[in-house]
Amino acid sequence: MTATLDTPSPRPQAPTPAPAPRGSLFDRLRDVLTSPKSGPVLVTAVLFVVVFVIGGVRYPGFFSGQVFLNLFVDNSYLIVLAVGMTFVILTGGIDLSVGAVVAVSTMIAASLLQTGWSPGVVIALILVLTSVLGLLVGLMIHVFKVQPFIATLAAMFLARGLCYVISKDSISISEPTFVALAVTRIPLGPGLSITPSVVIALVVVVIAVWVLGFTRFGRTVYAIGGSEQSGMLMGLPVARTKVIVYVVSGFCSGLAGVLFSFYTLSGYPLTAVGTELDAIAAVVIGGTLLTGGYGFVLGSVLGVLVLGVIQTIITFEGTLSSWWTKIFIGALLLVFIILQKVLTSRRR
Amino acid sequence: MTEPVVEMTDITITFPGVKALDSVSFRMFPGEVHSLMGENGAGKSTLIKALTGVYAIDGGTIRLGGETVSFSGPAHAQAAGISTVYQEVNLLPNLSVAENILLGREPRRFGSIDGRAMRRRAAELLDGLNLDIDPGSLLGSHSLAVQQLVAIARAINVNAKVLILDEPTSSLDADEVAELFRVIRSLRDSGVAILFVSHFLDQIYEITDRLTVLRNGQLVGEYLTEELLRIDLVHKMIGKEITALDEIGKRAHAATGAAVADEPGLPAFAATHDYGRKGAIEPFDLTIGEGEVVGLAGLLGSGRTELARILGGIDRADAGTLQIEGKPTRLRTPRQAISKRIAYSSENRRSEGIIDDLTVRDNIVLALQADRGWFRPIPKKRQEELTQSYIQALNIRPANPDALVRNLSGGNQQKVLLARWLAIAPRLLILDEPTRGIDIGAKAEIQKLVYTLAENGMSVVFISAELEEVLRLSHRVAVLRDRRLVADIENDGLTVDALLALIADGSVADEAPPPDAHPFGPAYDEPATESLTSPAGDLR
Repeated sequence: MTATLDTPSPRPQAPTPAPAPRGSLFDRLRDVLTSPKSGPVLVTAVLFVVVFVIGGVRYPGFFSGQVFLNLFVDNSYLIVLAVGMTFVILTGGIDLSVGAVVAVSTMIAASLLQTGWSPGVVIALILVLTSVLGLLVGLMIHVFKVQPFIATLAAMFLARGLCYVISKDSISISEPTFVALAVTRIPLGPGLSITPSVVIALVVVVIAVWVLGFTRFGRTVYAIGGSEQSGMLMGLPVARTKVIVYVVSGFCSGLAGVLFSFYTLSGYPLTAVGTELDAIAAVVIGGTLLTGGYGFVLGSVLGVLVLGVIQTIITFEGTLSSWWTKIFIGALLLVFIILQKVLTSRRR
Repeated sequence: MTEPVVEMTDITITFPGVKALDSVSFRMFPGEVHSLMGENGAGKSTLIKALTGVYAIDGGTIRLGGETVSFSGPAHAQAAGISTVYQEVNLLPNLSVAENILLGREPRRFGSIDGRAMRRRAAELLDGLNLDIDPGSLLGSHSLAVQQLVAIARAINVNAKVLILDEPTSSLDADEVAELFRVIRSLRDSGVAILFVSHFLDQIYEITDRLTVLRNGQLVGEYLTEELLRIDLVHKMIGKEITALDEIGKRAHAATGAAVADEPGLPAFAATHDYGRKGAIEPFDLTIGEGEVVGLAGLLGSGRTELARILGGIDRADAGTLQIEGKPTRLRTPRQAISKRIAYSSENRRSEGIIDDLTVRDNIVLALQADRGWFRPIPKKRQEELTQSYIQALNIRPANPDALVRNLSGGNQQKVLLARWLAIAPRLLILDEPTRGIDIGAKAEIQKLVYTLAENGMSVVFISAELEEVLRLSHRVAVLRDRRLVADIENDGLTVDALLALIADGSVADEAPPPDAHPFGPAYDEPATESLTSPAGDLR
C-alpha cells in the first residue's frame, strides 16, 4: 500500500504566474485601484471629473471656474462637517448628532446676536458648547460602552430639542460682522470669487490632513479603526483618542453651524435636518470605510464636491425636482458601498 | 547567579466562578529563554496577562528588576520593559509595516511624525531580523509569518528587558521557525529574558533553558530544560500517566479487525452521490457506515470544512443526492439535519460554537432545547441531570454548571460543545477540528470519547489537521485536495507518509490499489475501486 502510494508519478505542472508582458504598470494600477486604502478615493476623483465634464457638455455656462468655486461656496459648512465625521468614522464610529448641532448653533448665534452679544464671543461660545457636547457623547461611548449610534442619536434629539427651547420661529441675523462675512467675496481672478467661509473650511481641511496623517493622535485614530484591541495591546491611548474624535466632530459641527449662519443669515429650528446623513454620505463616497481604518480627509472633501456637482446639475437641468438630488446620492452611495465590499474582499 | 529580572510571588487571580491562578510564583533571569508549560486551563495565559498588565492581580507581588511594580495596563508594562507578541498577531493590517513597528513611539520633528526617519528606523530593525520587506507597505499585504516577525521587531524596538512570545510558531513553517529561533537566540545573547510559550515540545527542548510548569492554576515546579526528561515533563503537565493515546490507537485498529470478522460491512447511515456545492466542494460520493469513524484529511482550504458543512446541513448542496439510512433526504438547514440526528460541531469554536455569555448548563442544553422547540422547555431538573452527567462523563473543569463558558479554557469549551451535540443523541456526529488549540490531556479525552461513541454505533466524521490523530481514530480516511474528494481508503496500516503523498499529489491514486487495501471488498454502496481511481469531481 505504502509502496504504491509512494510511487513517484508525473506531477502536474504547477501553474506558474503568467508573465505579464504589459509590464508592472498595469499591475501597479490594479494594485492601487484594488487597495482598500486608495482605490475608492481614486474612483471618486474619476467620478467627480466625469460628472463635471458631463455637466459641461450638456449645459452651456456649466464649464466655468465660478461654477466650480460655487461648489465650495455652497458647501463650505458641509466640508467642515465631513471633516469631523471622517475622524469619527475612521475609528469605526458614527456621529448622528451633527445636523442637529448645526441647527442649534445657528439658533444660539441668532438669538444671542439679537440680544446684542459681540460676534466674537458668540462664535467662541458656540465652539466651546458644541465641543463639550462632543466630549459628553465621547465619554458616554467610552465610559458606559454605549453604541456610538445610540449615544449620538441621543445627542441629536437633545440638540434638536434645544433649538425649540430657544425659539420656535426663525430668527434672522442682522449683526454687521455676520452680514459682512456673509456678503464679502474674496476675488480670485476675473469673474472668480469665494467667500470667507470657504477659506475657513479649507483651513480646517488642511489642519485635519496634517493631524490625521502626521500626528500620533491621527495615526491612533487609524489604529483604532484597524483593530481597537490591537491598538490597546500596543499601548496606544485608545480610550483618550476615542473620546477626542467626538470632541473634534462636535467642534466641527459647531463651526459648520457658524458657517451655515453666515450662509443663511438666520437661525431656524428645522434647519439642517438630515444633514448628518449628507455628511456620512460624503465621507463614504469619499472612500472612507464605514468599519473604520481606511480613508482620507481629502476623499471626504471630494465626496462633498460630488454631492455638490450633482446638485448643480439638477439646478441647471431646471425641470427636475431638487429631490432628485437625494435619489442620485442614494444610488451613488449604494454603488460605493458595494464597490468597497468588492475591493476589500478581493484583497482578503 | 544573577538577580532575576522578573519575580512574581504568590500571584492569585480569580474570575467569577473560576480561580485562574492560585498563589503561583514565577521568575525569569536575564539572558535566558524560559517556557511556561501546562495544559489549556493551567493558567499560562492568565499569568502572562498578569505580567503584561492586562489583568489586575488579586493577590501577590510582581517585582521587576528588584522593584515592586503594579501595572495599570499594557502600556505601563511596555514602558517598564515588558514586551509581548501575542498568539494572534495583534497588529494593524490597515497601516504600514513601519507604523506597526513604531506606532506610539514614532520619531517626530516639530510635532509632526517624521515619516522618513520612521521608515529608516523600521528598516534597521527589520534588517536586524533579516527581513527584507518595504517598511512603507501595508502590513495586511504580508503573510502571517512576516507579520509575526514585524510584531517581534516592534517588541524589541523598545529595548525590552523581557520579551514574551505567546505561541509564536503556531502559524510558521519549519524554515520560518528556524529563522525565528535565530532571532530569539541573538536576543537572548544580548541579555533579554525571553518567555517562549508553545505547544510544540520539540521546539521547547530546542530553544529553552528553563521551564516553569503549571497545572490547574497552581505551580508544579521550575526546572532546567536539559535536566527534565520529556516524559517527566508531560507527566508534570498532565498529572497522570499518558498512555491513553497509545491504547486508543491499538483498540481502534483491533476494532477494525473485529469488524472484518463479525460483519460483512457496516450498514450505511449516510451515503452521498455526486453531492456538492458550486464554489465550495466538487460533487463527491461518500458513504458513512453506522459506528464508523471517517477521517477527513487535507490541507487547510482543501474542502474539509466545506464537505462537513454540507453534510451537516449548514450549507445547502446544489447537486447530487443524499440518502440517510437508504432514504433520499434533503438537508436545507442545520435544523433539518438535527432532526435527522446529524450534528455538526464547527471548527470556529468561539464564533460558531459556544456562547460566551451563557453558563455551561445553558450551552449544553441549547441544541436539545432548540430541537424540542421553545414551547416545550426542558424541566430544570432534567437540565441539571443532563449537565451533571456530561460534566462528569467529559470531565469538564471547573465542574460547575453555572460557570460562564467564557471563563473556561479552550479544551473545556470544546467539551461543552461536544456535550451540547451529544445531548441530542446524534446518529452522525461531524467534528470539525475538535482538538485544535487544546492541550494534550483534553485531546486524549476527546479522542477516547470519539472512539467510544463509534463503538456504541454512532457514526463520526472527524476532521483534524493532525494526520496522526486522523489515522489513530479513523476506520476510513477520505482525502481532499483542491475542494475535491480525491481518495477514500480504508485505514489499514495506512501511514502518515502515505497519507501525505495522497494529500500532496492525488495522481498516485490513479494506480490500481493492491487488493489487500480493501479487505471489505465493495462493502459500501459504491464500488470501492471507483472512489479510489476517479476523483469524484470528474463527473461534473
